[in-house]
Amino acid sequence: MSSARKQGRARFAVQEERDGWLFAAPFVVGALAFVVFPLAYSVALVFLEWDLVRPPAFVGLANIRKLFQDPMVGTSLYNTAYYTFLGVPLHLLVALTLALALNARARGVSAYRTAFYLPSITPSVASAVIWLQILHPEFGMLNDAFEKLGISPQRWLFEPSLTKPAFILMSLWSIGPQMVIFLAGLQAVPEVLYEAAHADGASAWQRFRHVTLPLLTPTIFFNIVVGIIASFQVFTTSFMMTGGGPQNATLFMVLQIYYVAFSYSRFGYASAIAWILFLIVAGFTVLQFYIGRRWVYYETQL
Amino acid sequence: MASRVAPSSPTVASAARSPGSVLRRRARRMAPNALLHLVVLPLAVVFSVPLLWVISTSLKPQTEVFSWPIQWIPTHVRWSNYVEAITRIPAATFASNTAFIVVVSTTLTVLSSSMVGYSLARLRWRGRQIVFAVVVVTMMLPPVVTIVPAFLMYKAIGWVDTYLPLILPSSTAGAAFYIFLMRQYFTGLPYELEEAARIDGATSWRIWWQIMLPLCGPVLATVAIFTALHHYNDFMWPLIILSSPDHYTLALGLRMFVDMNTSYWHLIMAFSTLMLLPIIALFFIAQRYFIRGIHLTGLAGR
Repeated sequence: MSSARKQGRARFAVQEERDGWLFAAPFVVGALAFVVFPLAYSVALVFLEWDLVRPPAFVGLANIRKLFQDPMVGTSLYNTAYYTFLGVPLHLLVALTLALALNARARGVSAYRTAFYLPSITPSVASAVIWLQILHPEFGMLNDAFEKLGISPQRWLFEPSLTKPAFILMSLWSIGPQMVIFLAGLQAVPEVLYEAAHADGASAWQRFRHVTLPLLTPTIFFNIVVGIIASFQVFTTSFMMTGGGPQNATLFMVLQIYYVAFSYSRFGYASAIAWILFLIVAGFTVLQFYIGRRWVYYETQL
Repeated sequence: MASRVAPSSPTVASAARSPGSVLRRRARRMAPNALLHLVVLPLAVVFSVPLLWVISTSLKPQTEVFSWPIQWIPTHVRWSNYVEAITRIPAATFASNTAFIVVVSTTLTVLSSSMVGYSLARLRWRGRQIVFAVVVVTMMLPPVVTIVPAFLMYKAIGWVDTYLPLILPSSTAGAAFYIFLMRQYFTGLPYELEEAARIDGATSWRIWWQIMLPLCGPVLATVAIFTALHHYNDFMWPLIILSSPDHYTLALGLRMFVDMNTSYWHLIMAFSTLMLLPIIALFFIAQRYFIRGIHLTGLAGR
């Protein structure tokens, strides 16, 4: 009897082992074919010169050396860093402000939430088209508003010093998800803490500074990480609106990788640039998790 | 992540104590609400204006598109712009291509992420921990690193200009995040459900299909919505993979329209409006899954 049961369990364990792999197969096979292999291939490509016309040629470290000599790499790095480190803090500030304002049980909050959220699910090509018109130097809505305020119209997408600020302004239009994440974070702050602070005579600012902010740090932290990673991969905006110009002012890293690979057919060099981008993004992810562990407040630490 | 905290009962309880405090509390609650509308309403208008403006332009005669000062309401509403927009480019082809990609990818992603998630959460097999670690690493990998080598790989096996590279990678390895989501959800379900079925001799397939899947409707809906949104909006990857206009998606079609002739802005805006309609409809139908999904993923619309 007991041996039969043991046998049954053993048979089930064998079956479970097989089922486990079978169920996981879509990911395992997909990861090998579409991630592991291309990654290995990408490492090999760094050492090759290949334009798909002539056979690939081994060039050693030439692509890596070129990274340090190519002024365009510096330009695209600077542009991407500018866009990210000015844009992301601004996104957080606006998204948090909106979330604080909407964290009220008042009429119309869900309509507001919809108004702020909808732009973020607009297809990126469509928003590029829309903003091309808004930023139009002669007939654009933004210059129309400027004129009404008595400010002279600007040549947004044609003036190198203004294109990146214009793109950052445009990116503010799609902060909906960050705002919703902040709202969730705010709603998770226990009401009793506010009431206790209130009873102790804390002002609105003190309640924000000493109750809301500490409890919101994981959310802020999450938004920073996701924001930086997404921002470093900006592509459609500059591809559609400026093609990287004027004077390479909006040549971002992914756009540069795209041009080097698919316009100039320099697949080896494009891979080398892609690895730089990868190292930067991975670096920020690791760095932020390391820093985050120090200043992020988690409830379990109480 | 706690999504919503119940409305604070302490406030109600203490308010009920004396009639004077009721009024004071109500006044205090009204004041921030007025402030809310005062600050948020103008911002909500600013956020909504671009979308309203697209609709306005889509109904203008060509001569009014570039008028200064801006003509907000067209003098003659031209619905015929819409007809012209979808006949000037093969919009029906683009729409059916997009529908095909969205439907197939979404179905496959939902199936594969729930299968793999089930395996990682519920089945015991050797290698499970390693596969889970790979899922987490894949989740954090910026897709841009593999774009160049993946393109070369698909070129070599004749997949370029087909839908396979748009569908298969994203519904297997690319679904890492959804796998993670499903795994977390399955881990939280009670084990008794499964054990009873096991004793009755049900196979893993039956347990997954008949017991587990019916229990995770909301998560599946969230995965489906975000997958569909991603494929509908995706631009860069189809741009790289699809070369013949017959195979274009709506996003590529819109770009083709912009490249064709810049004096067709009224038609381009009509096309953009049509492209936005399904997304807006989806948002209003499935709003709570969107909000839930953002809480879970924070990645909507990227």
